[in-house]
Amino acid sequence: MNPILLAIIIVTVIGLIGAVILVAASIVMYVPVDERVEKITEVLPGANCGACGCAGCADYAKCVVEDGVPVNKCVPGGAAAAQAVAAIMGVEAGASTPMKAVVRCSGTCDKTSKKYEFEGIHSCQSVKGLYGGDGACAFGCLGYGDCVQACAFDAIHVSDLGVALVDRAKCTGCGACAAVCPNTIIEIVPEHKRKPVILCQNQDKGGQTRKVCTAGCIGCGKCAKACPKGAITVENNLAHIDQSLCVGCQLCVKECPVGVIHIPAQM
Amino acid sequence: MELALKLASIFFTMILVDNYVLAKFLGICPFLGVSKKLDSAVGMSLAVTFVMVMATAATWPIYKFILVPEGAEGTARDLGYLQTIVFILIIAILVQLLENILKKYIPALYKSLGVYLPLITTNCTILGVTILNLDNNYSFIESIVCSAGAGIGFLVAMVLFSGVRRKVEDAQPPKCFEGLPITLVAAAMTSLSFMGFGGIVEAIFGV
Repeated sequence: MNPILLAIIIVTVIGLIGAVILVAASIVMYVPVDERVEKITEVLPGANCGACGCAGCADYAKCVVEDGVPVNKCVPGGAAAAQAVAAIMGVEAGASTPMKAVVRCSGTCDKTSKKYEFEGIHSCQSVKGLYGGDGACAFGCLGYGDCVQACAFDAIHVSDLGVALVDRAKCTGCGACAAVCPNTIIEIVPEHKRKPVILCQNQDKGGQTRKVCTAGCIGCGKCAKACPKGAITVENNLAHIDQSLCVGCQLCVKECPVGVIHIPAQM
Repeated sequence: MELALKLASIFFTMILVDNYVLAKFLGICPFLGVSKKLDSAVGMSLAVTFVMVMATAATWPIYKFILVPEGAEGTARDLGYLQTIVFILIIAILVQLLENILKKYIPALYKSLGVYLPLITTNCTILGVTILNLDNNYSFIESIVCSAGAGIGFLVAMVLFSGVRRKVEDAQPPKCFEGLPITLVAAAMTSLSFMGFGGIVEAIFGV
């Protein structure tokens, strides 16, 4: 017999026998899958962002059904997804506040400067490895767009002024951008119409901050004094607003001498 | 008696001297991937051992009786070149079968193995064992013992390394070494330590 023909026959026969065995095994050892898992997977956004703490949407569906994980963990899906999942599971959805990413840097190129000219791989990660980045301020936005790459929703872009800007209409608050930012300047904060955020991360002393960026927080503490609720603390020469205590009175915005406190919803 | 000695020598050689992970550097992916936790390391190794023995039991006769029957070597009937594709096919079928069995009867192990079980399909140790058995001209019994030894060797390497890894997790290496780099360095040292077993099997069994 022609050896090539024989070779083809042998491989085919082995494949067929294997197929028969596997089909038989899958029938004999059939494991019923909870149909709710599939239904939940369908109503989830399918972005596989991992904001729920599981390895993707299908895994989250499985966790909800089998391990009783809360139904409102899906950040991109928000309240709608929580409602849909709750309906399938037959439980109450519970509150789900939409979250949005905020880039905590005001250092646009008219306010700060470059330490050196970087020519290399166009990524924040690689420029960060070289003397801590090319920006005069070691804490600010590098502007090479690692977050843009990470965003599955096309919701973050680097503006002409060299600072990343979040498109709040598109942002789902999944936190993928925050995870890749080497300077960790992106924070995921609860969506609110009036609550302000301090758009700076610089922890240098006031004088040093002024030298590198005219828009940086100098840690003067005026905002902390102005805040009637004690929601603002100054640590390491940097003010921080506790969003859970803030009531959105915006007294701090008026008080800030460098104008670094902004309301993300009005940007 | 002589056979028993030879089998024992093959078995221990595979575990200590020719350890597939530490001496031949096959199966590094599960070695690094699943060695974080002891119980999943043991589960993975047992699954690998099982698939290895089954794969050898299936591929040896197929090679000796179908691909290269007696006296066909060197002639046109010699289909030895099919061994890679046929072996991969058989291993894939076996893994799929094992996955079904685990899913049905041992769901806890199935869950803890997660993505690594399908990875056994493309695990080079399994293909490596089946092919090297034939290259070494082992008989059927010898091949089975050799595969079992390779599987146990894999288990030993995984268990040892999961212990090493727990120490490494607590250590604070320089930032650039954190994570995988320091793990690979630790793996290299574990591998070096097995050099110490060179010659031990020949000395004990005299084969």
